[in-house]
Amino acid sequence: MRMLTCGADALLVEVATLDQVEWLYGRLCQDRPRGVVEVVPAARTVLVGLDRRRTDPARLRGEIASLLDSPAPPGTSGPPAAATRAPAPAPAPAPNVTVPVRYDGPDLAEVATLAGMTPAEVIQRHLRSPHRVAFCGFAPGFAYITGLDPALRLPRRATPRTRVPPGSVAIADEFTGVYPRSSPGGWHLIGRTDLVVFDLDRDPAALLTPGSAVSFVEADPARARR
Amino acid sequence: MTAPRATPEPPAGHLDVLAAGPLATIQDLGRPGLAHLGITRSGAADRRSLALANRLVGNRPHAAGIEITYGGLVVRFARAALIALTGAPCPLHLTGRPVGMDAPIDVRAGALLRVGPPDRGLRTYLAVRGGVDVPAVLGSRSRDTLAGIGPAPLAAGVTLALGRESADPPVVDLAPQARYPLTPTLRVVPGPRDDWFTDDSLARLWACDYEVTARSDRVGVRLSGPALRRRITAELPSEGIVTGGIQVPADGQPLIFLADHPVTGGYPVAGVVVAEDIPLAAQCRPGERVRFQRYRP
Repeated sequence: MRMLTCGADALLVEVATLDQVEWLYGRLCQDRPRGVVEVVPAARTVLVGLDRRRTDPARLRGEIASLLDSPAPPGTSGPPAAATRAPAPAPAPAPNVTVPVRYDGPDLAEVATLAGMTPAEVIQRHLRSPHRVAFCGFAPGFAYITGLDPALRLPRRATPRTRVPPGSVAIADEFTGVYPRSSPGGWHLIGRTDLVVFDLDRDPAALLTPGSAVSFVEADPARARR
Repeated sequence: MTAPRATPEPPAGHLDVLAAGPLATIQDLGRPGLAHLGITRSGAADRRSLALANRLVGNRPHAAGIEITYGGLVVRFARAALIALTGAPCPLHLTGRPVGMDAPIDVRAGALLRVGPPDRGLRTYLAVRGGVDVPAVLGSRSRDTLAGIGPAPLAAGVTLALGRESADPPVVDLAPQARYPLTPTLRVVPGPRDDWFTDDSLARLWACDYEVTARSDRVGVRLSGPALRRRITAELPSEGIVTGGIQVPADGQPLIFLADHPVTGGYPVAGVVVAEDIPLAAQCRPGERVRFQRYRP
């Protein structure tokens, strides 16, 4: 782990694996050091924003280091080792979300071909994977959902689409994403959901937040025909 | 005999937008603390100037005002109001009569305010006592121009309601501001990814002027100058970004992130402009130059 200077008002904590990101994000949410105003997980880093009137970077560095050294709180485990791919403990207190999906995306057949299996098997493997939101980014409410079956891990499409419809369920690398609204995108579209994952007129606006366990289920075919 | 009627509060009034100029948006202090949901802070690009305008009219710090980009705003006030303009100094006319920047101005009902192009700087802030009262989105009335969250940019024909909430009567008559330097020096804390660049490149970043390009906006000040070459050419996994971060995309031309920056990015950030100098960065206009000074907080 490295703690990098990020201006006078933040630290960027770099770790070796996404599991460690999830663990550290969870610990910083449970046990937020004084003066921390923002915690932003990403692929290999956690950005920690601070209020200079209440703490300073040197003090915060020490507190984060001791979080990593201290015995884990009950019900959780210690920081996952860099070498393992064991699932991290349920990190942040975040609600579980069920996403009903029609697996009829335009890239489903191609994903099946690239993964060397039938489309039905792609669907089964996606349904069975233990999904969890690792972090958000790209657009408001866009969640990088980790836990994808290793057999389905593919690089992004060579040519991104200029317009991906909202509600598209897509995969790339180790992630699944649900497009909150129409946007360009380079992920493989395997299905579509009617669940609105981001809605400014709803509280909470974002359904998929870091730490949320996500269950993808097959949408009721009768309802799906709308 | 009829019961005495409660005196109804007078309506807070509104203003009518007759012209918006190149870009005018409603801004307050933004939406802090939501970056983990993919929502950036947004808010006034030059928060110091908005704060001053609010103080001059006795508003609370979180009151929403109008961020005017390169002048051009024309508004009519339906009722008497107390206003102040700060930031980039513009010629101001109130129903034909010149008025000054950085001071509270009493406005009569029906008065027309015309904001000309600034002599220096880029962004001017209009505060009205009581604040601009549009519906808040996720706790803020700011327009996030990248995500499209918050009230739409102003356009001719739009009517904006004014609020009632204010603090105490203003006590400051005039708050003269230093002139914006033509080539501002921005203090920069190196990192988090300065080690991804060659020593020569970093030396140029500290030594050379960079020109502000026309592709600059509320997301960032895009610069043109000596390219920064990478020592580490690996792909950087996306990581959190802060306002003031100097990101270097593949072409080596740096940009300084402002209020509407994306929450994460996949290009290395060589240094971060200190918070105190971000108002200066936000006032840089295309064609001007900036300098960076290495700074240890």
